[in-house]
Amino acid sequence: MELLSGGEMIMRALKVEGVKMIFGYPGGAVLHIYDALYQQDAVEHILVRHEQAAVHAADGFARSTGEVGVSLVTSGPGATNAITGIATAYMDSIPLVVISGNVPSHLMGTDAFQETDMIGCCRPIVKHSFLVRSIEEIPSVMKKAFHIAKSGRPGPVVVDVPKDMTAPTEKRPFEYPETVKMRSYTPALKGHAGQIRKALDLLLEARRPVIYAGGGVVLGDAAEELTAIAKRLGYPVTNTLMGLGAFPGSDDQFIGMLGMHGFYEANQAMHQADVIFAVGARFDDRVTNNPKKFCPNARIVHIDIDPASIQKTVRHIEVPLVGPVKSVLADMVEMLNQMDVEPDQSALSAWWETINGWREKHGLWTGDRFTRRGKIMPQDVIRTLYEVTNGEAFICSDVGQHQMFAAQYYKYDQPRRWINSGGLGTMGFGLPAAMGVQLAHPESPVAVVTGEGSIQMCIEELSTCTQYNMPVKIINLNNAALGMVKQWQDMQYGGRYAASTYADSLPDFVKLAEAYGHVGIIVTDPSELKAKMEQCFSMKDRVVFMDIYIDPDEHVYPMQIPTGSMKDMILSKTGPTK
Amino acid sequence: MRRIISVLMENEPGALSRVVGLFSQRGYNIESLTVAPTEDSTLSRLTVTTIGDDIVIEQITKQLNKLIDVVKLVDLTEGEHLERELILIKIKASGAQRAEVKRTCDIFRGQIVDVTPAIYTVQLTGTSDKLDAFIDAIGASAVLEVVRSGVSGIARGERVLSV
Repeated sequence: MELLSGGEMIMRALKVEGVKMIFGYPGGAVLHIYDALYQQDAVEHILVRHEQAAVHAADGFARSTGEVGVSLVTSGPGATNAITGIATAYMDSIPLVVISGNVPSHLMGTDAFQETDMIGCCRPIVKHSFLVRSIEEIPSVMKKAFHIAKSGRPGPVVVDVPKDMTAPTEKRPFEYPETVKMRSYTPALKGHAGQIRKALDLLLEARRPVIYAGGGVVLGDAAEELTAIAKRLGYPVTNTLMGLGAFPGSDDQFIGMLGMHGFYEANQAMHQADVIFAVGARFDDRVTNNPKKFCPNARIVHIDIDPASIQKTVRHIEVPLVGPVKSVLADMVEMLNQMDVEPDQSALSAWWETINGWREKHGLWTGDRFTRRGKIMPQDVIRTLYEVTNGEAFICSDVGQHQMFAAQYYKYDQPRRWINSGGLGTMGFGLPAAMGVQLAHPESPVAVVTGEGSIQMCIEELSTCTQYNMPVKIINLNNAALGMVKQWQDMQYGGRYAASTYADSLPDFVKLAEAYGHVGIIVTDPSELKAKMEQCFSMKDRVVFMDIYIDPDEHVYPMQIPTGSMKDMILSKTGPTK
Repeated sequence: MRRIISVLMENEPGALSRVVGLFSQRGYNIESLTVAPTEDSTLSRLTVTTIGDDIVIEQITKQLNKLIDVVKLVDLTEGEHLERELILIKIKASGAQRAEVKRTCDIFRGQIVDVTPAIYTVQLTGTSDKLDAFIDAIGASAVLEVVRSGVSGIARGERVLSV
């Protein structure tokens, strides 16, 4: 049998798992692994400028491809810098393997240089973690790490490797296991046929149905199946922030995103629904508003791969259904085709009439949702982005107002095109995530929708973009303030802008982009927005930083009224803030 | 409501901290906790007593089941079960008190396992309620030190928690 060092075993395991690319940052505890990396060519390494970005980039890679993203970081500060990235992936159930170095085993527990209890630090934000205790167990640990990361409800797995486990002089037999069997981990592979039948019976009784689909549909590669069943039934579909793209955004049956900044018609339809079909969604607090007032008349079917997501916040789930959404939805369509029952068409068309009424009155695209004030409106920036990219770009968002505008005004027709930190809400996510997306899809346009607040949290990655020629397009919605914070301060704190403004100290983003070797474009006039956006996307092999000065007083609407029900919403601001 | 949840988990380093961490992270309550290996040295059995309504208990069992180290678990309080806890207690036992402590100890079927001229050390097993009652009967002023093992439990009859 072949003899390999621990470092070589890790690299070989990555190769066997089909990993083409990892994102990392070297340091003392992982130098043996880096030396093994240097001596192989199956796996390419991307050197980021900060470990947080290494994890976000692996995360973006994973979100846009469905494959497991991999990061490699050193002990101590390398590991703790990775924590925000790991937590981001955990909240959105993204499959990652994060390999962290640690001090040699004999020094662990002695407060050695660059020592951190990584297993302890990451415990609440990983699906699982492994501390490597012998060189011999590296192959099985790596196999299990990948298996756990990508199966069931996906999530990040940390493999913490003390330095002595990777020493080049310590060679051991390498045999990579072909299968994993873990008695304590057996995620469901199929839905229960009886429950599927019950779910269908309930769905077919509906007079005012809504399909409420979340990130689980995207992660479970079930967009096709979801679309098939939605089309078969003719029911309206709403997506969560994480679920955008699970059903085509430009389809007439799509009634928009739901929740805190969801579409009026989506939230009204949810509230008035008699049957809700929840698919891979987790009744998050940003969707339900006050769970006690959530959809009082609805009978609910809930499909989820994670039993713990069912009845966690909203209790009245009539038909719980544990299983992978892809297989469950496929089974449902098949069963549906064998049944001789159709939905009540007259009830359904009356329902659609009601929904279309809401849509016409207060819809995001049909009604005039905001007042233009001679300034560039952020909504128009996203609309223009949608037009210029023909709706085909990967949109990687940061966190804040711009994120909501990008969720509302860009129509996602395909899954895995909308990349954002929905659960943790991590500012600084956009640019590094876009690097992972761009490397996975070198020929596709990749845009970072960001603000001058978020972009500065991982702006150092502009250098990584230079090194590896990742021509992402940065759409910076510059309102010279932490917009979402400011909006809440306007609404709830009498316009007292505590620590949310910094207009006088912002960098010149055009010069900054140029300093890194990129192109910077400034936009201040609404009339030049489209032409400059077109110019930006015509530079296919350059990073372009579009610094767009938007109306600083704009709020994100619609917005649910806190502690209210789904339907309780503020639709617009009557005038500019002050 | 008080529940006794019995968990079979992999006997791996870090497994216990994941279970305990889950309780603190999600704001669940731990009344008592016992853990030791089983007849199969790769498995540990952990018994946790907790308090919560049905909603909380449902989440606790689901979240515990999600932990990769957890192989199986059962809420013993859902069915007939046996519950035992052991206490070691040092009691002032001098003068007239000495005979009274001995009598109380006999009534509760405790055993005096160590003796000094002024102190009895008593061992007693039973349900947590019984141990509470014993401490009350002895009286706070006579109690010098209390060590309780936490609850262990097992289902009655033929139900068995095993892999």
